[in-house]
Amino acid sequence: MKSHLISAEVAGTILIVSLCFSQNLPKTENPATNGPHDYSELTKAPEKARVRTNPFQNDPDAVVAGQFLFEDHCAECHGDSGVGGKKGPSLRASEVQNATPGTLFWLITNGVARKGMPVWAKLPEAQRWQLIRYIKSLGLKGDTNAVKP
Amino acid sequence: MQIICIPYQTKLVLYLLLQIICKELPLSRLSRLFASAFFLLICFQLPRATRAQERPYIVTYDQFLEEPRNLEIEYFSTYGTQRGGNDFHAFWLEFEYGATAWWTTEFYLDAQRTVHDSTVSTGIRWENRFRPLQREHFINPVLYVEYEHVNGADKILKEIEGHDVESDFLTPNAEARQEIKNELELKLILGSNFKGWNVSENFLFVKNLAGEPWEFGYAVGGSRPLALKAAAKRCNFCPQNFVAGVEMYGGLGNTSSFGLNETSQYLAPVLAWNMPSGWTLRASPTFGLNGNSHQFMIRWGIAKEISGFGDMVKKVFRGHS
Repeated sequence: MKSHLISAEVAGTILIVSLCFSQNLPKTENPATNGPHDYSELTKAPEKARVRTNPFQNDPDAVVAGQFLFEDHCAECHGDSGVGGKKGPSLRASEVQNATPGTLFWLITNGVARKGMPVWAKLPEAQRWQLIRYIKSLGLKGDTNAVKP
Repeated sequence: MQIICIPYQTKLVLYLLLQIICKELPLSRLSRLFASAFFLLICFQLPRATRAQERPYIVTYDQFLEEPRNLEIEYFSTYGTQRGGNDFHAFWLEFEYGATAWWTTEFYLDAQRTVHDSTVSTGIRWENRFRPLQREHFINPVLYVEYEHVNGADKILKEIEGHDVESDFLTPNAEARQEIKNELELKLILGSNFKGWNVSENFLFVKNLAGEPWEFGYAVGGSRPLALKAAAKRCNFCPQNFVAGVEMYGGLGNTSSFGLNETSQYLAPVLAWNMPSGWTLRASPTFGLNGNSHQFMIRWGIAKEISGFGDMVKKVFRGHS
């Protein structure tokens, strides 16, 4: 029993260290500054990915479905209406809103691990495209024609 | 600082679950008090419950890690039949934390109760998974390293390795728990997604640090959500919330006798229900495929993902800003 307790203490200590590690990641982990480099990953999308079109482009339900997906998986970092949060940049910036659906799909699928965005390929392709319909519906910040979430 | 708390009923269910687990585990009063106090503390500090998107596997790992700074608390249970002895109920608690987007760390507490015998704590495990390739590829490797400090009464069957067979479980708890095992477990996890299907293969290498030979095992799984497109409404029973599949796992012998001879093998349909409230339920009837395997096991688990746990801990120790 004593050896169990010692092992538990060791494992607990390591877990706490990992918690501290995640708190002390480089500043790139927190892109709240929304500097010009925050969106540089978008420019890395290959041409083949960029030109892909959204199969849900004309699906009237896709925006609503995408909004639920956004609230469940994205809002924690990117803010409740995509305006950006402590951990994720604004999705209503021109870099995102002017990006092709294919570019956004590529980014969501691959994530940006070094900036703390995980791979989202765990969501089925269809749901990633629905998510993009919602993100695109947000419009630029200050755009009064944008769909209000 | 605005804190969005998870609903009270969720907190209550989590708290009751903890109480049940504490009663099942042979913990001291002090440990129970500490665990309860810590749990209440984090419950009232939780920033947000998030909806998990979990695969249904009980044994097989896929290529996806926990989201950074999220904590997933999981309780799993295995009820197994035992020929020539008493059936058992093994259970374990997992705390899975996304340290970064490429590193997930997990802590386990294992225990079991054998019918007409006793309830014993069977050890702890600490596992780490690393994703070396940042982007998604057709095949995605994940490296897995685990340290186990368990005793011989461990029956959680989280992985099957070497020449593990059903008759190993016949030893009474009082005797079996005297055997202490310190093991290093390595896995190569390969995962692919194709047209909504996830296919994952795990190759297992286990070394008892007391100097025994390397043992080998495997696990493979395939799963798919019942619907790939999300519904335009919040719903518990929408088909996209259910993920069904099958997994197969077993031992592959050791360095001196590699192969399927004298190993146990299992086949298990699996089902996960990812609820909008953030809870995930998993169930898996498991069938032994040869005479060395337990004939039947029923496995199930419940999990809750807590978003922003790392930030919550930061607030606890640094105060609210």
